[in-house]
Amino acid sequence: MFADYSSTELLSIFAMQGFAGLSLFSVFVLMAMGLAIIFGQMGVINMAHGEFMILGAYTTYLTSQFFQTYMPGFFAGYFFVAMVLAFLISGALGAFVEWAMVRHLYRRPLDTLLATWGLSLIMQQAYRSIFGAREVGVNLPDWMMGAFQVTDLVELPVNGLFVMIIALSIALAVYLLMFRSGWGRKVRAVVQNRPMAEAVGINTAGVDRATFALGCGIAGVAGSAFTMIGSTGPSSGQAYIVDTFLVVVFGGAQSLIGTIVSAFSISQAQSTMEFFLSGSMAKVLTLLTVVIILMLRPEGLMALKIRR
Amino acid sequence: MKSSSPLSWLKSREGLYYLALALLLVVILPLALDPFRLNMVGKYLTYAFVAIGLVMCWGKAGILSLGQGVFFGLGGYCMAMFLKLEASTPEATAHQSTPGIPDFMDWNQVTALPWFWEPFHSFSFTLIAVLLVPGLLAFIIGVAMFKRRVSGVYFAIITQAIASILTILIIGQQGYTGGVNGITDLQTLMGWSIRTDAAKTTLYFVGVGTLFVCLFVARWVQNSKFGRILVAMRDQENRVRFSGYDVAAFKIFIFCLAAMFAGVGGALFTLQVGFMSPSFVGIVPSIEMVVFCALGGRYSLLGGVYGALLVNAAKSGFSESFPELWPYAMGALFIGVVLAFPNGLAGLYRRYVMPLEDRLFSRKPAARPARPEPARREDKTLPDHLSVEKP
Repeated sequence: MFADYSSTELLSIFAMQGFAGLSLFSVFVLMAMGLAIIFGQMGVINMAHGEFMILGAYTTYLTSQFFQTYMPGFFAGYFFVAMVLAFLISGALGAFVEWAMVRHLYRRPLDTLLATWGLSLIMQQAYRSIFGAREVGVNLPDWMMGAFQVTDLVELPVNGLFVMIIALSIALAVYLLMFRSGWGRKVRAVVQNRPMAEAVGINTAGVDRATFALGCGIAGVAGSAFTMIGSTGPSSGQAYIVDTFLVVVFGGAQSLIGTIVSAFSISQAQSTMEFFLSGSMAKVLTLLTVVIILMLRPEGLMALKIRR
Repeated sequence: MKSSSPLSWLKSREGLYYLALALLLVVILPLALDPFRLNMVGKYLTYAFVAIGLVMCWGKAGILSLGQGVFFGLGGYCMAMFLKLEASTPEATAHQSTPGIPDFMDWNQVTALPWFWEPFHSFSFTLIAVLLVPGLLAFIIGVAMFKRRVSGVYFAIITQAIASILTILIIGQQGYTGGVNGITDLQTLMGWSIRTDAAKTTLYFVGVGTLFVCLFVARWVQNSKFGRILVAMRDQENRVRFSGYDVAAFKIFIFCLAAMFAGVGGALFTLQVGFMSPSFVGIVPSIEMVVFCALGGRYSLLGGVYGALLVNAAKSGFSESFPELWPYAMGALFIGVVLAFPNGLAGLYRRYVMPLEDRLFSRKPAARPARPEPARREDKTLPDHLSVEKP
């Protein structure tokens, strides 16, 4: 498939598709960070993760409407308010779901999968009833329009760049929280040895709830960022959920760096292949490669070496 | 506890439950429903094959596959390919630019029949393929996963990814598979029209018969020593492994068996409804199939059959009158069945109806309960579940 192109052409194709892949990369990182916390740290499969993300997106949409109607003067900055709101609302709902549902199922991970799938069906239908089946989009403030001209051929849209910056800063924040804070140490202690963590006085039930809420909150921020590059519909979240799980599993469930590396490689592989093959074949090949690699190396790219 | 003759088995409590199901499917429903409704029940019954497979695979062996739609779809597509080739004779397709190939290939500028379609001219090959294609794929997946000791949620996610891959592939390769519309407009099976009411009723009874064959195969596997090992493996995998059993081989076998059941169900589905499309293959239908089994009771074969019937009947009922409420009901069903009654209807039946039965029939010695499996199990992750057959 490379035979028809000269080497310089190939190089610029790779560069172009590489930039295109970065926006997919941002979406993957944003969604996978919340999942990596919930799945990697707690071992809970949250099939409703995409719906928590969409909750953040709808929060952002409502905030933008509110600012447009009542405070047009502050419209340029609404996005930051929306992000905080999205985090709080999704996080609060996450804490509630943990209390009502997930905490009863920690010993049955396969059952959490089914229960959260049921939750995702309910949430999707609720969005459909409230916001309608049509996709909604937000108006971007002026400073987010336009693009940076890098070279003659390559230009970077500001909103895409902004989303990527958010994705990377969330990843950094999660890393600091998990590995450089006292709270993160507690979480990791609970993950590694629950009875022992309890014995040294950690409130494990509280840690569980906070972790789940944090994961859902990050999903909300992800949804908020998602509105910057695409429109939101009731089932937009479901479209990404399996891909994102593959990203997390492929990266090695407990390694945040692994998650980022796998998000990068999967998104790049897909967007590069999309140029040479049809979109569906590119996706099939990418997923197939990931599944085959996972069969050969079930622990993922970067396995955490701990004694079980 | 095994009965010595088939007759005495039929008089046992388990036998009576099978008789009751047979009575319901063979006598009551055909008498009570018009051909259209009966055909719908026949359609739901094809999902019962998947549910039986899931009971074996998930309930008994603890392997949750979220990709049963793949095997259902493969079985269905095998049958659909045969029927489509029969419908695409050169005479019937004379107006196409390439007569003799299925119409969707002609629309997609495919000029010759692809090699993998060729063998589906033969009916006997198709029947074998309905079993072997899903079985073979399950075997490949099983060998790759279970030999590497991939299990639990990882296995579930990977099967889900496979369902997603197959759907994208079918939709993307429109010229070879019919794309998103699937393989439609299937009319005859070996010259016999499958569209008439009489044919649909016949197919219904064929489906019921096949279902009972599958039920008895599953029951035989479950009551054999093999079945005991499966349950032991689910509860204490390492102990079984250290006792010298090849855990992976057992898992591969049961996964293949479940896939073949699903394939048979898919083939019958194609015959019942007259088409096959990727909408029965992907992630959403696959995970819905799990709820059939979860509602009926994941440890009970008959429960799986009733679960498939009830969920699908409810789905049609809701979709006819309140389409927007169905997702809420389905979601609540998922949550409720997991949180409130993890043993499904079978568990409820056993807890509340069976004691009543005991009291009612206590004077009749023939109906004394025969318990095929011990009722106690010390497993805290699976509270008070019981592996006894019950509807």
